[in-house]
Amino acid sequence: MSMATDNKVQIEVSNNHTTTENNTTQKRVVYDTKNLNLWYSENHALKDINLEMKENEVTAIIGPSGCGKSTYIKTLNRMVELVPGVSTTGSIAYKGNNILDKAMNVEDLRTRVGMVFQKPNPFPKSIYENVAYGPKIHGIKKKALLDDIVEKSLRGAAIWDEVKDRLNENAYGLSGGQQQRICIARCLAIEPDVILMDEPTSALDPISTLKIEELIKELKQKYTIIIVTHNMQQAARISDRTVFMLNGEVVEFSETDQLFSNPKDKRTEDYITGRFG
Amino acid sequence: MAKSSGSNLNSAVNVSELIAENKKKKSINNYMEKLVPAILFLLASITVLTTIGILYTLISQAVHFFMEIPILDFFTGTELKPLSQNPEFGILPLLNGTIFSSLIAILVAGPIGIMSAIYLSEYASDKLRRILKPLLEVLAGIPTIVYGFFAFTFVTPLIRSIWPQVEATNILSPGIVMGVMIIPMIASLSEDAMTSVPNGIREGSLAMGTTKLETTIKVVIPAAFSGIMASFVLAISRAIGETMIVTIASGSSKNFTFDLTQSMQTMTAYIVEVSGGEAPAGSTLYYSLYAVALTLFVFTLIMNLLAKYISRKFREEY
Amino acid sequence: MENLEALHENNKMDARVRKNSIWKSIFFLSTLFGLVVLVVLIARVLFQGVSWIDLDFITARLSTNADRAGIMGAILGTVWVMLVVIPVTLIIGVGSAIYLELYSKKGIIRSFIEMNISNLAGVPSIVYGLLGLTVFVRLMDFGNVVLAGGLTLALLVLPILIVSAQEALRAVPGHLSEASYGMGATKWQTIRRIILPAAIPSILTGSILSLSRAIGETAPLTVLGIPALLIPFPGGLFDTFTALPMQIYYWTIDASLVAEYANLAAATIIVLLLILFILNSVAIIIRNKFQQRY
Repeated sequence: MSMATDNKVQIEVSNNHTTTENNTTQKRVVYDTKNLNLWYSENHALKDINLEMKENEVTAIIGPSGCGKSTYIKTLNRMVELVPGVSTTGSIAYKGNNILDKAMNVEDLRTRVGMVFQKPNPFPKSIYENVAYGPKIHGIKKKALLDDIVEKSLRGAAIWDEVKDRLNENAYGLSGGQQQRICIARCLAIEPDVILMDEPTSALDPISTLKIEELIKELKQKYTIIIVTHNMQQAARISDRTVFMLNGEVVEFSETDQLFSNPKDKRTEDYITGRFG
Repeated sequence: MAKSSGSNLNSAVNVSELIAENKKKKSINNYMEKLVPAILFLLASITVLTTIGILYTLISQAVHFFMEIPILDFFTGTELKPLSQNPEFGILPLLNGTIFSSLIAILVAGPIGIMSAIYLSEYASDKLRRILKPLLEVLAGIPTIVYGFFAFTFVTPLIRSIWPQVEATNILSPGIVMGVMIIPMIASLSEDAMTSVPNGIREGSLAMGTTKLETTIKVVIPAAFSGIMASFVLAISRAIGETMIVTIASGSSKNFTFDLTQSMQTMTAYIVEVSGGEAPAGSTLYYSLYAVALTLFVFTLIMNLLAKYISRKFREEY
Repeated sequence: MENLEALHENNKMDARVRKNSIWKSIFFLSTLFGLVVLVVLIARVLFQGVSWIDLDFITARLSTNADRAGIMGAILGTVWVMLVVIPVTLIIGVGSAIYLELYSKKGIIRSFIEMNISNLAGVPSIVYGLLGLTVFVRLMDFGNVVLAGGLTLALLVLPILIVSAQEALRAVPGHLSEASYGMGATKWQTIRRIILPAAIPSILTGSILSLSRAIGETAPLTVLGIPALLIPFPGGLFDTFTALPMQIYYWTIDASLVAEYANLAAATIIVLLLILFILNSVAIIIRNKFQQRY
């Protein structure tokens, strides 16, 4: 369904995340990656990636550092382009629209696809302003509505009770784990369809990590989540499906339980049993 | 803040739809994305315009001058008598004054600056350096007019009390004061060059039982040599372009002499004198301003490019 | 042990260590030299001028009579000129810095403009005076007024401001703008709402420092033809003016005619240094207060 009207591919706004059913009915494919190759100048970072990711699932991407997992997740909202000299071939269809298409408006894409980064990166602003940032830049100005959105998002990120009395304080006063949940709240505020998480707990302590993992399980009800992690236990705990990448290639992609209990590829087995990486 | 709205939380508007709605409206943002870089580019090109303005101003007016005074006469003439009945326009007296004042300045600032840099980079504790360095930088922040006053009303009388032959306006005193002014420049740039010498090199030398002094002289300074040279060249360029100190303390005698006790005029001081004297626009005197300024500009430009060249070479060393 | 002692003797270790500590003292004294001159300079100026500073001196008009002369005109002139310098340098300087740091791609245009800026920073200030005289005073026919003086000084300090603003923008961590882009913000939205606010304290510090450079600058103004004895106060952009450093200049060179003028010059220097001291303190306070850890 290519909708190349007005020179821009419009992304269809679907209300899918309001449906809370999580049964065996067929889930739609959100991201369909076909023959994706990516180069940083001369460096061939992603090689012939083919993946299908489904809605309301948690897909984990694991692999040793430098395997291309971060590069891949950043390709899904085209943040990878912030590095100069990146080129790609192949396609990534997001709900049917090829996001690698020149005509794709990256701002629209990123409005629909939120991202949580490796290191908590709240803005040096108040907690309230952090969460209200997205709605504001997208033209929502009414104070009452913004108040609603902020509360709802903070509740959604399970941090409302901790910060409701200090919304006007700088977000840098919070702990690392709290900052990361503020970043998740900031992401939820514009109600994306997909949330990309790039090693969201790697800078956090175990307790904060656990809280974020709980939150991810919670968010799965409403959002499609793709998470990069170098923590295999984490992938096993929270994800429905797992991708194992190595040297820019997808080695194995299957149900999480199966990948960890019964890996098909020798390299996957070596990795999850700790023989390398 | 969100208390009153708590009730309608569940029935809240669908934000994603609202955003999609907003996006359909051709907002002002779309224009800003194109307009802003264009405006910023125009602002950034003002600096280029400034350069063009300087070059055009100097060259176009200097051309008038050189149509009356042959270029060769200008650069080889030892007589500068712009106001006499038979005016002569030789720049050598001014070059002489400029070179002398800069030479005195670098003779003062060079050794002191580099020794300060050695102390700050090799000997001083971290705490002491953090106190001394900003204090030294204060010297660079004092307006040059203040140095001029200091040279004229304090340093010159001081020199004359020791060495009575020195005239009330002379090149020695402003040269020394200018030297003080550029000490922080040499000290801080040389210190940067020395601190960026890898510690491994230092340790390698110290581990063989040399003293700190020997390590500094034999290892650190040679390694930082081009950075130190660049700081010297930049400091000289700064001294060449310095105006107020020499204008006030060295007077306006256009002597072509090597006698430090006498008044000499620099290129910069000549520009102040002639432009302040209401030279009638269109006269040879007026155009001579630009010929001198062009010479000054070329001098400092060459020095600055040279410093950049030297320090670029230096950066490649590690 | 005996071997070590023999080695010690052979290498003249005592002499070498002594030499090291002697030179250490010399290096230390050299560092102090500049500071001693600074102290002498300030003491000298204070000693000569401080008794001349009173309310009358600050508020009175210029006069050839040393006892009646005041510097209100010069203070107002400096203020008026800065009213031109501040907006002009801020808009052009910060705008250029944003363009160079955030919009222009690394390439010929950018390196050309940056090389140009670094060369401009090395052009002697008196040359800017000639530019101002030719373009603003004569070509645009402003005359030797506040606007001409302000624009000349603005061009002079522009390179300093651009470089410091570029550094300020560069220091804003990339993960902040990444977060903004990740929300679907456009480039300009990200710059205006995230990068610029985060960089503002450092930009402010840099602009105060370049402003204080402009306040103390004398040479370009001498070229513009500022009158030595200007009685009326400037009241607008197109009024003739004098400025604090110009007043110091005229009183210093005329001190050989009237000895008291040197005292007036010293008193004016105290006022000028005080202004610069306050500005620099403000800059340091801003820098320390807003130094943010991201």
